[in-house]
Amino acid sequence: MPQHTLNYLDLLEAESIHIMREVAGQFERPCLMFSGGKDSITLVQLAMKAFKPGKIPFPLVHIDTGHNFPEALEYRDRMAQEMGAKLIVRKVEDTIKARGLKEAGGKFPSRNALQSYTLLDTIEEFGFDACIGGARRDEEKARAKERIFSVRDEFGSWDPKKQRPELWNLYNGMIAKGENVRVFPISNWVELDVWNYIKREGIELPSIYFTHEREVIIHNEYLVAMSEFVRVDEGDVIVKRNVRYRTVGDMTCTAAVSSTAATIDDIIKEIQLTNISERGETRIDDQVSEAAMEDRKKNGYF
Amino acid sequence: MDLLRFITAGSVDDGKSTLIGRLLYDTDSIKVDQLETILKQSKNKSEGEIDLALFTDGLRAEREQGITIDVAYKYFATEKRKFIIADAPGHIQYTRNMVTGASNSDLIIILVDARLGVIEQTRRHSIIASLLQIPHVVVTINKMDMVNFSEEVYNTIVADYSKMADMLKITDVTFIPISALNGDNIVNPSINTPWYKGETLLNLLETINISNDINYEESRFPVQFVIRPQSEDLHDYRGYAGKVLSGTYKKGDVVTILPDGIDSTIKAVEVHGIEVDEAFAPQSAVIRLTDDIDINRGDLIVKKSNILKVSQEIEATLCWMDNKPLVVGNKYLLQVQSKRVRCVIKEINYKLDVNTLEKQEQFDQVGLNDVVHVLIKTASPIAYDSYNTLRANGGAILIDETAHTTVAGCMLS
Ligand SMILES: Nc1nc2c(ncn2[C@@H]2O[C@H](COP(=O)(O)OP(=O)(O)O)[C@@H](O)[C@H]2O)c(=O)[nH]1
Repeated sequence: MPQHTLNYLDLLEAESIHIMREVAGQFERPCLMFSGGKDSITLVQLAMKAFKPGKIPFPLVHIDTGHNFPEALEYRDRMAQEMGAKLIVRKVEDTIKARGLKEAGGKFPSRNALQSYTLLDTIEEFGFDACIGGARRDEEKARAKERIFSVRDEFGSWDPKKQRPELWNLYNGMIAKGENVRVFPISNWVELDVWNYIKREGIELPSIYFTHEREVIIHNEYLVAMSEFVRVDEGDVIVKRNVRYRTVGDMTCTAAVSSTAATIDDIIKEIQLTNISERGETRIDDQVSEAAMEDRKKNGYF
Repeated sequence: MDLLRFITAGSVDDGKSTLIGRLLYDTDSIKVDQLETILKQSKNKSEGEIDLALFTDGLRAEREQGITIDVAYKYFATEKRKFIIADAPGHIQYTRNMVTGASNSDLIIILVDARLGVIEQTRRHSIIASLLQIPHVVVTINKMDMVNFSEEVYNTIVADYSKMADMLKITDVTFIPISALNGDNIVNPSINTPWYKGETLLNLLETINISNDINYEESRFPVQFVIRPQSEDLHDYRGYAGKVLSGTYKKGDVVTILPDGIDSTIKAVEVHGIEVDEAFAPQSAVIRLTDDIDINRGDLIVKKSNILKVSQEIEATLCWMDNKPLVVGNKYLLQVQSKRVRCVIKEINYKLDVNTLEKQEQFDQVGLNDVVHVLIKTASPIAYDSYNTLRANGGAILIDETAHTTVAGCMLS
């Protein structure tokens, strides 16, 4: 009898591809949220594999906060072009102007909350019924209960008590007009799985994931990139450090880690050894309250 | 390295959260910052020591009420395996959550409090494990420290449980005496149980053979999506994308497309765009056929030699998961893999008491968490397997036609 063995990456990949195809099969107008970060890059790779030799049957969408790393944006545009994928970009800046939204102030002004407005507007503009996102259940406690097909109401709102039970590999994507489903194909992957997959597949990443010299403000032990978006105060300690990013979000709320890791192998080694979680090390905004993520999700956040 | 999915079940205070916390902690899966948060909360709760159980309590509403209300997923890995834990709460009213978590599990850990022995909840959890056909059962007898690690207490519980397992036709059961709180027999063998010659819990989880749980004889491939690039170089390409639920597929295999019953031959099998000799469960693949026939999402490609049921009348055991009661004569949508059809519940044969396995023919209504045996009539024929013979293709869900919610999980028979 032939050997029928699959390793854990094959198994995770097979599950994620099954989910991608369910999205294509169940929805009229899905889209894939693509930011140029490692999780969404993994999603794109899975989507490409799911529909070969055809093209990805839905567009890529990026909600540009205006605080993105230029390296990630450059990567985003280049990848979309190389794949021949359709890329839709909508800017938080424009929503702020059009709707007269108030920006969060402070030292590291975050557009995390405002991002939800642009997302909802974009969903409405294109009539998206499903948005594929790269969230993982291991990221955070409130995520651990997230379904793979997560139904949101017209306001993008997530109600943990109203989640549909998900049995076997059967996903129920039925919705009413105006509702929308967030789909998370890599729910069951952990950070290290993503890195190992990127390595195995030989996927190119934006340069900021690897060590580089950068000017950073040291703030409560976090290393925050110097940029036009942060407020420099008297007494701020600004230094040049060799850093890399473990996750790529906004320049104002993603912290860098001190690192000399220049290759994927170096990064995997560092992550295996680190005793701090991905969010703990990099997401400045999550420290505000223990339930921060839960609150944001209820307000339409991804 | 492969992957094991398991669920933990126990009644409130049996130590389920502590056990999960212990497994995560002892495998270095809890990071320092997460630990600090727990420490802070432990202090808030004024319990002094670090409370491992806190690591598994997810949402604020639950933390405030000090309960868990839904299935949460946790992850850890050792050198040998990656693990996915479905953490379903043990309260009486949450059959729904346990069924959900159990549906995807290869193994179930059933906690028994050594002081209490086999109780009603143990029985309920075992009945659900057996209904959902979880292949492997591990009974951890917890809080052994509170019964002086008594071999006698352990043996009594093993005997009691074995009797019940026989009745429920649960075949693969392993017993382990543990203390989740102190870590006895979780990762390291305990010096307190010299009489116990078996494996530690982690060792068992790492080594239990799950590859035999997949059926390689019966081949099932539901079509999820039809790939038609219609580009110049792939003008006539038509590939059926789906997941091999069970069995294997290779070039030259004679297949039948169900429910229509049309035969064809496989021209090529592709995995991620590359032609392969054979695709096997649980791979996602693309199948191409020699004939140009009309195949759509929801069709099932099986080997011609395989026989399965094609019918419009299906008997099923279902677990009701909605707040609105089940109404005989109401129409729902039945989803079996990628196929969705309208259906009506024709009859409710009996309600199953999940505490006793007793079949009740008299009952008022079927509500949330009830398990019933029903006759479903579908608008068009469905190709399906009996859940007990082929778990991978015998599960289905019922969807409310207007509210769109998932109202039941069904084990087809
Ligand atoms: N002595 C002792 N106490 C335990 C053990 N396991 C859990 N406990 C305690 O039992 C109580 C309930 O545990 P918890 O994990 O919250 O139970 P759950 O409701 O099943 O999740 C807590 O006070 C635990 O510290 C054990 O092995 N020995």
